[in-house]
Parts: sequence; structure tokens; C-alpha cells
Amino acid sequence: MISFIARNAVRKSITLFFVSVISFLIIYLAPGEPSQIDPLNPMFTKEVLERFRKEFHLDKPLHIQYLYFYRDLFTGKSVSWKDNRPVLGKIWERFLNSLPLFILGTLITWTLSFPVGIRAAISRGSFYDRSTTFLAYFLISIPGFFFAYILIILVVTQLHVPVIGMQTFGLSSANQWTLLMDRLWHLFLPSVLGAAGGVAVLSRYVRNQMLEVESQDYVRTAKAKGLPSDQVHYKHALRNALLPFVTMFGLVLPGLIGGSVIIESIFSWPGMGRMAYEAILARDYPVILTVNFVSAILVLAGTFLSDLLYMVVDPRIRL
Amino acid sequence: MKDPEKTILTPDGGVLEAPKRSMFYMFWRLFRKNRTAVAGMLIFFVFFVVAVAGVLLTTGSEPVLDPSMVRLQEKLRPPFSKPLYENLRPDEIPRLGIYILGTDELGRDVFARMLQGAWVSLTVGFVAVGISVIIGVILGGWAGYYGSNKITAGHVLGIFLIVLGTVWLFTDQMVSGIVLLLIGIFLTGFIGKINKQSGKKNSGKGFLLFPVLSIDGVITGLIDIMLCFPSFFLILTVVALLPSSIYNIMIIIGLTSWMGAARFVRAEFLTLREMDFITASRALGVSDGRIIFLHMIPNAIAPVLVSATIGIASAILTEAGLSFLGFGVPPPYATWGNILSNGKNFLFDAPWLTFVPGIAILIVVLAFNLFGEGLRDALNPKLRERL
Repeated sequence: MISFIARNAVRKSITLFFVSVISFLIIYLAPGEPSQIDPLNPMFTKEVLERFRKEFHLDKPLHIQYLYFYRDLFTGKSVSWKDNRPVLGKIWERFLNSLPLFILGTLITWTLSFPVGIRAAISRGSFYDRSTTFLAYFLISIPGFFFAYILIILVVTQLHVPVIGMQTFGLSSANQWTLLMDRLWHLFLPSVLGAAGGVAVLSRYVRNQMLEVESQDYVRTAKAKGLPSDQVHYKHALRNALLPFVTMFGLVLPGLIGGSVIIESIFSWPGMGRMAYEAILARDYPVILTVNFVSAILVLAGTFLSDLLYMVVDPRIRL
Repeated sequence: MKDPEKTILTPDGGVLEAPKRSMFYMFWRLFRKNRTAVAGMLIFFVFFVVAVAGVLLTTGSEPVLDPSMVRLQEKLRPPFSKPLYENLRPDEIPRLGIYILGTDELGRDVFARMLQGAWVSLTVGFVAVGISVIIGVILGGWAGYYGSNKITAGHVLGIFLIVLGTVWLFTDQMVSGIVLLLIGIFLTGFIGKINKQSGKKNSGKGFLLFPVLSIDGVITGLIDIMLCFPSFFLILTVVALLPSSIYNIMIIIGLTSWMGAARFVRAEFLTLREMDFITASRALGVSDGRIIFLHMIPNAIAPVLVSATIGIASAILTEAGLSFLGFGVPPPYATWGNILSNGKNFLFDAPWLTFVPGIAILIVVLAFNLFGEGLRDALNPKLRERL
């Protein structure tokens, strides 16, 4: 166990190192330079430009810049080139905005997928199974932005509730209840949209997993010895079908920082995705690289966690 | 079957022949039972024809349907509306005599623009997936077949020198860059040579032959590294930093999505390599290339095909998403994503500008997904046995 953890940690930190190098190279070797972002601005004289380049070490060779950047990141001193605010503080602020979306979306995904997938698997080939299958493909295939606009039209014309942004402007004087409902309405559509794809994928996965377990010999034996079908399905089959999903808790982690760029832009939601998008547009390299780095850490931590969980849950696996 | 010695007569005098069902026939029998998958395939063919027709109709100096013809007096006309002839100059009159899918905010014919965009979606899907499949098969096959081969310290040193040399070459130090590059190439090739004839250990170059890594370890490591990047964000970053062009988008989507194919091929190769028919052909002295290309790839390609079909769907979605965010093909050229993206400003006044491209993307992506799932079921040997 300990050797597994140690080996994994070494391997993952090597991977992380390469990720940091590659993302750094991609961004710094791309044509164009952040100091030229606004060449027509009269405030950007040659001296200002030089000062800018010197301030952010852009005049140093690449590997020195790399060292500077990650030293700043680990000592928490790296600042956004756009507004000179600390990158980590900026990310944390946006992260708090994205968090409710993430929590609600994940809750919807996980509470909806399991009943749908399990029922589809138990009644394989029925109308319910076929229609949920088709619906799942529909949700996977529909472009998120198109779906968002359909829902906006529906919600705005039918329910007359505000949907854009995080809260209605100028509502701060209203009572607590109105404020809460306002926040919830604003949360509703983006999280439903974020969850739609997840529900489709996860419910299909639950269904396949359940079908596989249902075709095992021990399930047939359980049926043959005359157990009530509920007990067979929910006690014998389901418990084993759930095994791989325990590990998926780990894989949810990267979603924490992901934040959908498209959905957040449509709903003007000031979250992680939008910040990253704006950073890309402004060539704000520290922000781009930090987002990338943090999300790589989360991916690695997620897979590590899921491996560990798998070992804990499944006694057959001993690494 | 014509060979008289091999003919077997049935008791009633007929000739007994071996079943003539080819692999494809077996596949097709299973596939056609899946009605949604067949529908997906048909839509795919229709889409293909439409895209090709779109290119033919909308390009050239005198296109039949001009997607960039601006008629400001005819802006935001709903679908199936007749042009107002009294407002149009003779050369502005649409050839079809009707705006099948309406016009946009500049009075351009949405039908012509959709036709033009179909080709973009099609090529993005196919080229991007083509790139990812090629990389995936090469790397996956390499890891699966030669995976246990060791990379020696000399190799690592050589490759390091090559990389360093290239970097220097592109910065300032031209001469030392070239020198390093040459040393690196020489070292890498040289190690391969003495590795082949290594009966006795060369005392002086012993450290160069010291095995550090296996090829499999390097390639799986590379896959792990690539999986760490948030893919849409990475694509967005690179597309935004590079000059906007449709080819950049295709290449980047391809370069960031080969990991699935590589994993499938590697896994298949690892099991296939241990199979008896491969051992038999190796015992017969069949060359490695022949084994890989004639015996292993045809057996390993099925899951890659399935993931490629679904990959086309997701590449089309990604391109549409990029166009939607404003990074895509430069403006005068229409893609389904940027038609939709322009249309969002007229969501309530001209909903067709949102719905036409949205539904088109939905149908095409759905068709590819259903087709891919049908392929997966039909190529699954477990299901085939039941026939």
C-alpha cells in the first residue's frame, strides 16, 4: 500500500513536471507577445514596453522565465499581467462563483443518472429503455450553446424569471426570501445545462454496468433459487454494479476548476471558465498557466484518489 | 470450390460449399438490425452529399448560390419567404426564387451559408479524427508491440541533445545548435547499431547502453501527460494564440484527441501479441512489418473505428463551440457555429438564425453518435456469436 502510494506520487510528480513544461512552452512559443497586445495604444511607448518586459522577465531566456514563473507560483507571488492582482486570489474568487454551479450540477447528475440507468437496464429493450437511450444520445449530441438558447427562450417566455448573470441587478434591498429565490433561479439554468451531458453519459454507463452484472452467473443463480426479483436486482446485482462508480468520485475533482467556458459566457456567469477565456483573450499568461497547472494537479489527484478508492472497495485488487 | 478433389457431395447429390459469408456480410447482418444506427448511417451519407454539393454550389467566381451576397433591404426575412423583387437589382435576385431558410441580419441567404458551412464541419470532423487516429495507431501500436524494448541512456542523451539543438537553432545560437543536433542524431542512430550486434558488452560505452526506460513507459507517460490538460481549454488557448485558420483548428483538435485511440490500440496489441496465430507467423519467419500491418492492425482496428466515428461527432461539436466563441474560420466564410453565434443577437426576432444551424449540428452529431454505437455493437464478437 505504502509502496503503491510512493510509486504513484513519484510518477505523478514527473507527469506534472512535464505538463508544466509543455504548457509553458506552448504558450511562450506561440507567435505574438503579450507586450504587443495593444500596439496602437499611445500610452505604450517604447520605454513603457521595455519596462513591462523587464518587470515580467520577458527579456530573459526561456528556461529562466520558466523558473521565475514557477518560483512565483509556489511562493504565491505571481500576479496577473492584466490588473496586477495576485493570480491565486483571483482564481479563488472566481472559483467561489463557480462552486455553486458545480455542486448543483454534480448533485443533479448523480441523483438522476442512477435511477434512470438502473431502470433502463432492468427493463432492457422496453419502451422506457429505448426512449432513455435515445434521449441520452440527444443530450450528448446537442451543442451546449444551442440547448442553452432553447432553454432561455422557454424559461424567459413561459416562466418570466431572470436567467442571465448571478443575480438581478439592483435587488439588494429586497428581503432575504426574494434574494434567495433570485439566486436559485439564476443558478437553475446553467447547472441544468452543465448536468445535461453528465446525466446522459453517466446514465448510459450505469445501464451498461448493470447489464453486465445482470448477465453474471451468480445473478442467474440468485434468480434460480427463487429470490424475489427486487432482491436480486437491488441487493445482488446493484451492489456489484456500483463498484466502478465509487472510483468516479475521484474523477469528479477536475470539474471543480473546469467550469464550462461556453455556458458561463452565455449566462454572463463570472466563474472560472469565463476568467480563463478572458485571460486567453488578454494573453494574461500567469492566469492561463496557473489555471492549467491547478487543473492538472486536480486531474492527477483525481486519478490517484480513484485508484485508492478502488483498492479499498474491491478486495480483489491489491496493487 | 471449383477444385474437384475438394468438392463434397451432399447425400441428395448437391455440392456442399463452405459458407460464403464474408466478415463484412456478418457485420452487415448485425448492423442492419439496429434501426437507429442505420438511420445514422443514412444521415451521414446525406450529409456527405450535401457538403460536397455545397462546395460545388457556393464556390467559384459565379456561384449558383452566393453565401456572401449582401442584400440589406432583405434582412431578417423568415424561412420560405419570397424575395421582394421590386427592391432588388437583377444580379441580387436569388436563384431559387425563395429564401428556403430565411436571411440573416445582412440579408445573406442562410441556405447558401449553411451549405458552405456543411463542408467546414465535414472536413474538420474527418481531418481532425484522421490525425488523431494516425497518431493513436502509431503510438499505441509502438507501445503495444515494441513496448518492452528499452531506451538506453545513450538514446536519452541523444534525444536530449537533439531537442536542445533544435531549441538553440530557433533562438540565436545557430552554429552550436547544428553541432548539437548532429551529435544527437549520430548518438541516437549509433546506439541502435551497437544494440543490434550487442553480444558482448562494450566496456567503454557501457553506461550508454544502460537501460533507463521502456518504450511502453514513455508512451503511456505521454498519454498521462496529455490527459492532464483540460482539452477544450487547451484547444481554446492554442487556437487563440495562433493565427485563425481552419487548418489550425483541425490540427489542434487532432493533436489533442489521440489518447483514446492510442490506448485502444495498445491494449489490443498487448493481447494480440501473445496469441497463437502471431506466434505461428513469427515462427514462420514473417517480418515484423507484415505481422503488424497484415495480422495485428486489422484485428485491432474495430474499437478505433468506433471511437473515430464518435470522435468525428465531438470534433464537429468542438469546432462549432470554437466558432461560437469567435475563434474559428475568419468571418466572411460561414460555418454552422458562427451562423449560430451571429444569430444569438436576434434570438427573439429571428429565431431561425439560431434554430437552423443548431438543429443541423444536432442532427449530424446525433447521426455520427448513433452510427458509432451501432458499429460498436455490430463489431462486438460477443454479440456475433449469438447469430
